[in-house]
Parts: sequence; C-alpha cells; structure tokens
Amino acid sequence: MARKSLKLLAPLVAALLFTAACGGAKVGEDSDDTDSGSASGKCGTVNLAINPWVGYEANAAVVAYVAEQELGCKVVKKNILEQVAWQGFSTGVVDVIIENWGHDDLVKKYITDEKVAVDAGSTGVKGKIGWFVPPWLAKEHPDVLDWKNLNKYAAQFKTSESGSKGQLLDGDPSYVTNDAALVQNLNLNFKVVYSGSETALITAMRQAEQQKKWLLTYFYTPQWFLNEVPAVNVKLPEYKPGCDADAKKVACDYPEYDLNKIVSKKFADSGSPAYTLVKNFQWTDQDQNAVAKSIAVDKLSAEDAAKKWVEANQDEVDAWLQGT
Amino acid sequence: MSIALPRARVAGRLNRGWSVVGILAAWLIGYALFHGKQTLSLAPADINGFHESLNDLNDSVGANRNSNPLFLYFFNEIKVGIDQIVVFLQNLISQPVGDRPLPYVGWLGVVALATWAAWAFGNWRVSLLTLAGLLFIGAQGLWQESMDTLALTITAVLLSLLIGIPLGIWAGLSDRFNAAVTPVLDLMQTMPTFVYLAPLTLLFLIGPAAATIATLIYAVPPVIRLTAHGIREVPTDSVEAGESLGSTRGQLLRKVLLPMAKPSIVIGINQTIMAALSMVTIAALIDAPGLGQVVVRALQTLDVGTAFNAGLSIVVLAIVLDRVTTAASVRVEKQQEAGVAPSPLRRYAVIGGGVAALVGAYLSYTYLWAAEFPDSPNVGSPIIRAATSVSDWTQLHLAGFTGGVKDGFTAGVLDPLEALLSGSPWWLVVAAITALAYVLGTWRTALLSLVLLALLIGTGVWSDAMVTLAATLVATVFVTALGLLVGVWMGRSDRADAVVRPVLDAAQTMPAFVYLVPFLALFQPSRFTAIVAAVLYAAPVCIKIIADAIRGVSPTTVEAATAAGSSPWQIITKVQVPMARRGITLAVNQGLIYVLAMVVVGGLVGAGALGYDVIAGFVQISLFGKGLAAGVAIVLLGVLLDRITRAAAQEREPGVPASLARQTRA
Repeated sequence: MARKSLKLLAPLVAALLFTAACGGAKVGEDSDDTDSGSASGKCGTVNLAINPWVGYEANAAVVAYVAEQELGCKVVKKNILEQVAWQGFSTGVVDVIIENWGHDDLVKKYITDEKVAVDAGSTGVKGKIGWFVPPWLAKEHPDVLDWKNLNKYAAQFKTSESGSKGQLLDGDPSYVTNDAALVQNLNLNFKVVYSGSETALITAMRQAEQQKKWLLTYFYTPQWFLNEVPAVNVKLPEYKPGCDADAKKVACDYPEYDLNKIVSKKFADSGSPAYTLVKNFQWTDQDQNAVAKSIAVDKLSAEDAAKKWVEANQDEVDAWLQGT
Repeated sequence: MSIALPRARVAGRLNRGWSVVGILAAWLIGYALFHGKQTLSLAPADINGFHESLNDLNDSVGANRNSNPLFLYFFNEIKVGIDQIVVFLQNLISQPVGDRPLPYVGWLGVVALATWAAWAFGNWRVSLLTLAGLLFIGAQGLWQESMDTLALTITAVLLSLLIGIPLGIWAGLSDRFNAAVTPVLDLMQTMPTFVYLAPLTLLFLIGPAAATIATLIYAVPPVIRLTAHGIREVPTDSVEAGESLGSTRGQLLRKVLLPMAKPSIVIGINQTIMAALSMVTIAALIDAPGLGQVVVRALQTLDVGTAFNAGLSIVVLAIVLDRVTTAASVRVEKQQEAGVAPSPLRRYAVIGGGVAALVGAYLSYTYLWAAEFPDSPNVGSPIIRAATSVSDWTQLHLAGFTGGVKDGFTAGVLDPLEALLSGSPWWLVVAAITALAYVLGTWRTALLSLVLLALLIGTGVWSDAMVTLAATLVATVFVTALGLLVGVWMGRSDRADAVVRPVLDAAQTMPAFVYLVPFLALFQPSRFTAIVAAVLYAAPVCIKIIADAIRGVSPTTVEAATAAGSSPWQIITKVQVPMARRGITLAVNQGLIYVLAMVVVGGLVGAGALGYDVIAGFVQISLFGKGLAAGVAIVLLGVLLDRITRAAAQEREPGVPASLARQTRA
C-alpha cells in the first residue's frame, strides 16, 4: 500500500540524504580569511556615525579602514541622520561625526551648552552651498550665471509648482537654506519650491541636462553627482562676515563651510589612538572625490574603495597616524 | 435592500444633493470676495509659539535622560531587553557569533525549517512558495540582509502579539476600554513615523531597540483591533450557553471566546506582520539592519536597480509571510468548522518533516556549503541591470509626455482646488466643511468636525494642512476610480483576479523609496508626483476590498438578472455595484487612510506642505515642534475625513463596526 511504503521510505531517504550531505568544509575551519587585527587592546570600540551622503561615506570609509587595519580598533558604523547623530553624543552611543556641515544650532546645544561634544578640527574639505544651473544652460546663456540677470529669465524657469514666477528648487531640509529670504531681499521674481530630498534635486538636474530644460536649484559642493553633471554655480552678492546674521534680512551668498569633525567629549578624553587618528585626519576635495567616485560610480564597497585609496596614498595615511 | 426605498428617504437624498451644491456655491462666492485674506499661512522656516514650546519639551527630555529614574530604571531596562532578543535572533540566523564567522543556523537550516513550518501550519502549496521565495532571495545575493530584516520583524511581531492580544481581549470584553483605546490606535496608525523617530532614539538610543519599537508602534494596532473584533463577534447564545453551564469568567474566555475568536486573531497576526514589514525602510534611517539599509544607501547614488532588487526581496518576504499566515488561518477555521483532528498520516509526515528540517539545521550549523548561501546562481545582477535599464529608458523617452500631463492636470484640477482650500479665509473653510458635515451626516458629525477643525487651527499649520487636503482629495478620487474599474473587473473574473492580485501585493509592499527616482524623472519634483505615488500605494487596498465585495454579491441574484436579459453593463451598475455598496464605502475609506499615509513620502518629492514640515522637523532640531504639529495635523485630517465619509455612508447601511471599517484588508 502506498501509505505503508511511504512510512518506510521516508526515513530511508532522509538517512541517505544525510550521509550524502556530510561532506565539505566545516564552518570556522578555514580561518585564513579572518583579519589579523583582533583588537590590540589599546584602541577598543569606535562608534562612527554614517550620515547619508556619499562624500561623508568616503571620509568614514577611509578613517574606518585605517583605524581597523593600522590601529586594530573595532569600528561600529551607525547609519543615521545628522540630528540623530548629534543626539547620540549626549546619549553616549556616537563617538565620531566625520564630516559636519556647520549646524550652528547643534553646535550651540551639544558643544557650548551641554558640553558633551568637541570640535576635532577641519577635514580639509571646503563645503560650498549655492544656486546652480545645468551646464548646457550656462553655456548657451552665460549671463544667467549672475543673479542680476535672473529676473530676465524668470518666465523660462516657470513650472507647474511656481505659479506665475520662476522656480528655485530647494532640496534636503537637513541643510541650511536662506533661499526664501534671499529671493525676497534680492527682489527676484522667483518662488522657492521645496523638493524635500537630495534625490529629487539630483534627478531634476540630471533631467534638465539630458533634455535641455531650464532649472535653477540649491546645491552644494563637494558632491559626487557633479562628476556626472558639472552644474555651474550662479553668482550671488558676495558673502561678508555677518551679512547673514539676521536670517530674515540675508541678501548675500552662503559662506564657505570649513567641514569639520565632531567627537564626543568622552571619546576625546579616552586617550584612544583612534581619537588621535580622527584629529589628524585631513585631506583634499580631490581625495574625497576620488573615493566618492569609487563608491558612487564604480560601485565598490566602502571598504574596497578605502583600501584602493589608502594603498595609493600611504604617506598621507602615515601622517595621520603620528602620535597614535 | 435597495428595492423599496421609502419615499421620504428619496426626497431626503435629493435635498442633500442640492444642499451640497448650495454650500459649495456659497463657498465659491465667499472665496471670490475674500480670497488671500486670513489664510493663516506660515512660511516653511517659520515657527510659532506653540511649536517652540514643543521644542522645549524635546530639550527637557534630552536633558533629563541621564538623571531621571524613569529613564534609568524603565526605558533603559526595556532597551536592554529588546536589544537582547534582536541580537539573539541575529546570532541565530544572520550575524556572526563571536569567533564563529557565520550565524548558528545557515541558509539550508532556515529554508528547511521555514518550508516545514509553512507545510505544518498551512498547506503544501504555501510550503512550496516558501521554499521558492527563500531560495530566490538567496539567489538575489541578499541572504544576510533578508535574515537581519526577518530577525527584527520577528522581534517586533512577537512583542506586538505579547502586548496586542491581551489588550485586544480586554477591548473585546469591555466597551469602555474599547472606546478609550480606539482613538489611540487611530493615532498610532496615522501619525507619521518620522515624527517620533528622533525622540525614540532619545528614549531608547540608536540601535535595534529603537527600530523595533518604531516598528511596534505601527504594527500593534491591527492585532488589537482584530482580537477585539473576534471576541465581539462571538454569538451571544454561545456565551449564554457557556454561562448556563456554570463556567467562570476565565473558563468562558479560554473555552468559548478565544477559540471562537481564533480566526479573527490569526488575521490580526497577518496584518501585524505586513505592517511590520512596511516599516523596514523607515527603520533603516535609525540604523535598523537589513534590506532597508540597502534601499536607503542605493538611493544616495540614485541606483534604482540595486534599490529595486532589495525592494523585491521585501515583496517576496511579505508575500510568503502573507500567504503562509492566511493559509494557517484557513486551516484553523476549517478545523474549527469540521471539528476533526488531522489524519494520522499527516501527523506522521509532519513529525518526519520536522526531523528532516532539524537535520538540515544541523548540517547548516556544521558545514560551510549549507551555512553560506552559494554565490551562483546569481539572479541579483540581472535584476539590477534590467531595473536600471527600464528606469533609464522611461526617464529618457516618456518624460516629455508625462511632463505635459502633469502640467495640464495641475493647472486644470489641482491648482483651483488648492486655491479654494488654502486661499479662502479660515473661517469660511471651517463654516463650509462644518455645513457639509451636517448635511452629509448629523449634527454630531458637524460638531465633531468643528472641534477637529479648531484643533487643526491650533496646530499652527492650517494653511499647509489645506494644501495637503487638496492633494489628498484628488488622490482619493483617483484611488476610488481605479478601485471601481479594476475591482469590478477582478470581482467578475477569477482569471483577472489571479493575474492582478500578486501585482497589487507587490505595489503595496514595495518600499516607496524604490520608485521615487523614476517618478521624479517623469513628473519632476511636484505635487503631482506625490499624488501619483500615493495612488500607487493606496489603490491596491481599495481594489482588493471592492473585488471581494463584488465577489460577495450573491450569485443567485446575478443569475436571476442575467436570466431576465440584463446586459453585463446593467448587471454591474444595477445589481453588483449597488449591492456591494457597503464594501465599496469601506474601500474608499481605506484608500483615504492609505493616501494620508503617503503624505510624508510626498514631502520628499516636492509636495511641500505637511509632508515637508514633518521631514524638516525630523532633520532640523529647531523645527522639531513644527514637525510634530504637522504630524498631529495629518492625524486630525485623517479623523475628519474618516468620520465625514463614514457618516455620509452610515444612513444607508447602519452598523459597520468602526474597528472593522478601519482595519479590514482583503
């Protein structure tokens, strides 16, 4: 009977399968691949915040790689947004922010008032916020690159979202923007449209270049996307210290941001060699762009991208390691 | 039921139509006279006193977290406990343990155990589906990420059940508790996650605990509602019979109420699992490990292909879990109806299968080939390449056409509606909506609307709320139209249903982040893009409910109508749609709630208004209060629209249980 034979057959098949399966390498046997840096005791764990943009990731990848390979640290990467990362200083779960864009309000709250974080110096990279147009437009209408001529072209910049005015597309609300005040104080016939994300900005710019459409956006350098579409900066009235003191009366360009590193007070006082590494870490826009391109365009993993750069620039890395 | 309407009712409905027209006319006249005045608008970067006080509240939480005993002994304990559960599950299936480079149970073990469980609790069909689904995920190259997601989802679901089932039982037994808990559940389901994501990391730190709790907040309401519903639906004579036999309350619960409510509870578990999986991408923003990370990171470089591949894994996981739990609930129901134990053969086979699965688990613990998913066959790369080229092609070739559609629609429909809502003085809008609520419902509806609108003004984001309301109404009309079109088709044809349903499941569980890039390319950052995204997310639910309602119309009625010589069109319009009206009302209501759930995503693609406020509040510490207020405004809009539509439908079909009306999903 079918039922009976099944009763007998099933364990037999299982036993056969089992004996057949018991071959091959065992888990944990081949340990030649495991890293040699099994925590040299002195360094310990570093909690590194990973904020969601590629330039940041480039910094983080290289610092993490050097800390793990050269100092034997255990680097724990935490994928979080900026404000949450700063908050992590006070709750003690974040040690390092490796690229900070200004954020005066957070500096005041966590460095000046609560004293849970400290500035660990410049990364060497300069951040610049501004208004950008697609390359084709800069080439065909070079005069659009001066804010004084923007009103002349307002009608071309019009979209379904800007009503009768030209559209100025703003992006990720994480970054500082004075655009609404700027438009008003410079008497521009434009309306700020809040796209709400960097994804939206980049997609809009890519489309504008592909299809030769008019577009004026808020954007920033360094940014991996500018390697693909080299958008051009529009000149605004020159920045002078203090001209942006009153947010409502701003009528000048954005300042140049010296992108810096922020570490928790606890980490700075710990005497960890990783802190010395973070403090010494400094490179150039070109360096960052090279690693960012490996990640964004060549699709390397963060670790491979860092390895590639470190192997080509060992002397720079050695300079960071002094005093560790 | 709709054959012999009393005369008075017909006259009443005619009057109702004219009243609505009258109110709208008065509104238009008012708009013409006063537009642009007293619109209570507030610039995106500006905040008011109320928002500032919310900021202060947030600051004080941060300042007290290290000294307050509530934190030291309550939140921290919860955090530690949840972290341990997640880490345990991760060690089991996804992450290396100590010196061991791999988790305890490898792919073979997970596949074997899951396939066995699907068969034991469901049937052989879902068991095959589970096998195929898990192997597919592995071949996508996303095994570890998927297992991380699964570990977090399982933790959130287990905790949801632990909390939700007892609360659901309580809500089922006590009317007072039910009335108290319902608005809280409404709040938990409509409040955008972005609003409480940052505060959660303050309470529970960055890590698995915060991500689990964020998921739990969204996932626990369904199981509470459906457990309560199940207990309430137990026929009174069964309860009375139990009581007359002298059962105590505890016996009554264990022997009568819970067994009879079991099918409903299992559906609740299914809903909770789906809700938990829909949080995967958002939880990734506070470092939840797994598939969400892949999606979010791919988006940084606009890598649609990689994001799609990961999104597909989420869809596969969701479909497998959905079908298995549904099959399990069917089995429970059948056993209850038939009252027979499973056959000895099946029992023997289940035990045998269990042993085989355990052997698989042991092999995957010991041997490398069974522990680490093989690199080939690799379906991930072709999927990534295909998705990328489809996305690129669409962007390049369709953008001209779709841009025109967007411009025309925005100018013709959206702009006028938005002008009317956000350009009218606040008192005019309040008066008009309250009047509409009175005409469509009762004086109670009108009073409730007035209170809700007053609260909306209190949030300080009135003008943004009106802009969002305009987009929401437009999106809901689209969702309803699609729901009727596709739902009636599916309801009338089994073949159409079989083909379309998986597509709907995919549209519902594919994270919105995945398709934002092509949408942005097609329609630019605009309110229209947000509406399209909302329609894509909300239409599946609406379609499924309408399809089920149409299918639920008694076949004898349809046959009688066919025999009487009615054309298919007449059958649809005169028989099926009117008789499925209750289901259709429910579908519209659900569509609306789902549209509102997408307001925040809309803020990421240029819709501005409340969605943008919420996002800005998440990323800018000085805008925290405004983001919270905007989140509350979304909840208020949801309750307002929900109560008005429900009141409007109530007259014709009394007794749709409130809890069910918000929860049922086909």
